[in-house]
Amino acid sequence: MVSMNAIYLVVTGVVFVLLGYRFYSKFIAEKIYRLDPNFETPAYTKRDDVDYIPTDRIVLWGHHFTTVAGAAPIIGPAIALIWGWLPAFIWVVLGTMFFAGVHDFGALWVSVRNEGKSIGSLTGEVISVRARNLFMIVIFLLLLMVNAVFAVSISNALVATPSSVIPTWSAIAVAVVIGVLIYKMHVPILWPTIVGTTILYAVIWVGDQVPVELPAVVMGLSAGPQWILILFGYAAVASLLPVWLLLQPRDYINGIQLFIGLGLLYAAVLLAGPEITAPAFNMDAKVIGAPPLVPLLFVTIACGAISGFHGLVASGTTSKQLDKEPDARFVGYLGSLGEGLLAIATIVVVSAGLGSSEEWRAVYSEFGIHGIDTFTRGGAGILASGLGLPVEFAATLLTVMAVLFAGTTMDSGVRIQRMIIQEWGTIYKMPFMQNHYLATLLAVSSCLVLAFGAGGSDGQGGMLIWPLFGTTNQLLAGITLLVISIILVKLKRPYKYTLYPMFFVTAMSVLAALYQLMGFFENGQYTLLAFDLLIIVAAILVILEGFSAFNREKANTV
Amino acid sequence: MGRWKRWLHLADEFYKAPYRGAIAREKRDQEDLFMLLVFSELMGVPNPASYYTLELQPILLENFHDWHTRMGMEKSPLDNFRCC
Repeated sequence: MVSMNAIYLVVTGVVFVLLGYRFYSKFIAEKIYRLDPNFETPAYTKRDDVDYIPTDRIVLWGHHFTTVAGAAPIIGPAIALIWGWLPAFIWVVLGTMFFAGVHDFGALWVSVRNEGKSIGSLTGEVISVRARNLFMIVIFLLLLMVNAVFAVSISNALVATPSSVIPTWSAIAVAVVIGVLIYKMHVPILWPTIVGTTILYAVIWVGDQVPVELPAVVMGLSAGPQWILILFGYAAVASLLPVWLLLQPRDYINGIQLFIGLGLLYAAVLLAGPEITAPAFNMDAKVIGAPPLVPLLFVTIACGAISGFHGLVASGTTSKQLDKEPDARFVGYLGSLGEGLLAIATIVVVSAGLGSSEEWRAVYSEFGIHGIDTFTRGGAGILASGLGLPVEFAATLLTVMAVLFAGTTMDSGVRIQRMIIQEWGTIYKMPFMQNHYLATLLAVSSCLVLAFGAGGSDGQGGMLIWPLFGTTNQLLAGITLLVISIILVKLKRPYKYTLYPMFFVTAMSVLAALYQLMGFFENGQYTLLAFDLLIIVAAILVILEGFSAFNREKANTV
Repeated sequence: MGRWKRWLHLADEFYKAPYRGAIAREKRDQEDLFMLLVFSELMGVPNPASYYTLELQPILLENFHDWHTRMGMEKSPLDNFRCC
């Protein structure tokens, strides 16, 4: 086999996505969405300084990018490498250019053109109220899976890398101190940032010296499930705390970590120039029991190629803060591009950092057992040879980075879940569901059912939920693209640029959902079977109603 | 604005902007509860401290319209108290 240097992969990926921004997003902005610099955005028309407030586009991009890029573009590609690096690479690059960019940018644009309404409310308006209610269920299930899958990933990472335990939990203390300094004591941003980041990296060193492992068995639970319980206990408390105390500074620290981490990884790859040892196509994938590449690749890598979650963020908070309409291209398209870059970095480190071709095959011996751990192992090797960092330290650093991303997503995931439960309490007049604590308990226990229901009491195999999470995420993206297409039809504009990607992701996710359904049935995983069925039914109903709305609008415009 | 100052401003906004809404909403919720306390007597809820809260009513009147619309009451809920 001809070996290839990872630098080519990095350069090709970066050049392609940048070309996508330069040319394709410009075309979409001018010809399809037709952005107007004179259009008064909701940040001005509905300004209340609470939700609606014009914000600098760089700040908004940073906020949007760090909200959407978390652990998912790391875990997805790390799992998908089992089919070889080439399919994952092509899907991430083309997905970012023609799918994710148009989707995120489009969700932002339709929301800005409709008073900053979320995709959920727009579904109610352009499709039907029933579709909107089903859409809420899909969102709730998505959050449920995000929380469950991230809890399992974090617990796996903490067990696999005991040196990351101290820094991971210390980051919470660092965040609280920053929160108090900035919010209560009005200290300007500079020093808390410098001191906080320095302390975090110092604690990574401490963690490296003092690894922490939980007792092998407590009340019949091994270390993995123990961590899962601790994590959900923590997430419940964190989601109830005031946001300025924990969530806000934690997000900020993570944002900085994301930029530092991406910079370090790209610099290390360029300096070390490692050879790619993973196969371009893994011919053994079938032999070792990996599911078929089509359709599973397209749901295993959701974030990083296209993700419905981005549409929720773009239309939920970002659209209410957009200063000028043309900024939508910068914030939306470039936001997804940033996430694509994280996915490309993951593909590179996992295909070039795990040692020889044989060693790589030894790691990728089964589907869905690896996630964060292969990323940190591969990344640590490359950081060590590229930047001269000690391998152990580099592994701890990358684990902490990935765990912090996943942790913050969990914090806000549980929080949003709680809010949805409270909203249902209001809509369906069930006052007990409006209670803060009870709603949190409901949110957390539903996640626990999924986390343990999927993997059993040993917590192993919890990553099996991953493709199901991807499926839900992609179906959500399909619905968002459909809503954008319907609005484009209404405006008598070309809709194929959003409708074709919609067909593709929806077809792939429905196929993947059906494939998984068979697997869950054969393995007797009835919890997952029920979830899968619910998602398929809800999403297909929304899409069918969407098509009827699409045809109705098309008939009206003829 | 110098370049350094602009970066600091961006960092500050990067910290504050994402949660500005959530914090403002939480503050507003607390103020709403306070409004309810101050105007409770007028709505038939006995308030032992009304002698003191009465003094606060003119100060809070500015926010009264926003408050009652937010609470789902289109018109002022108080009989002798026309607001809109």
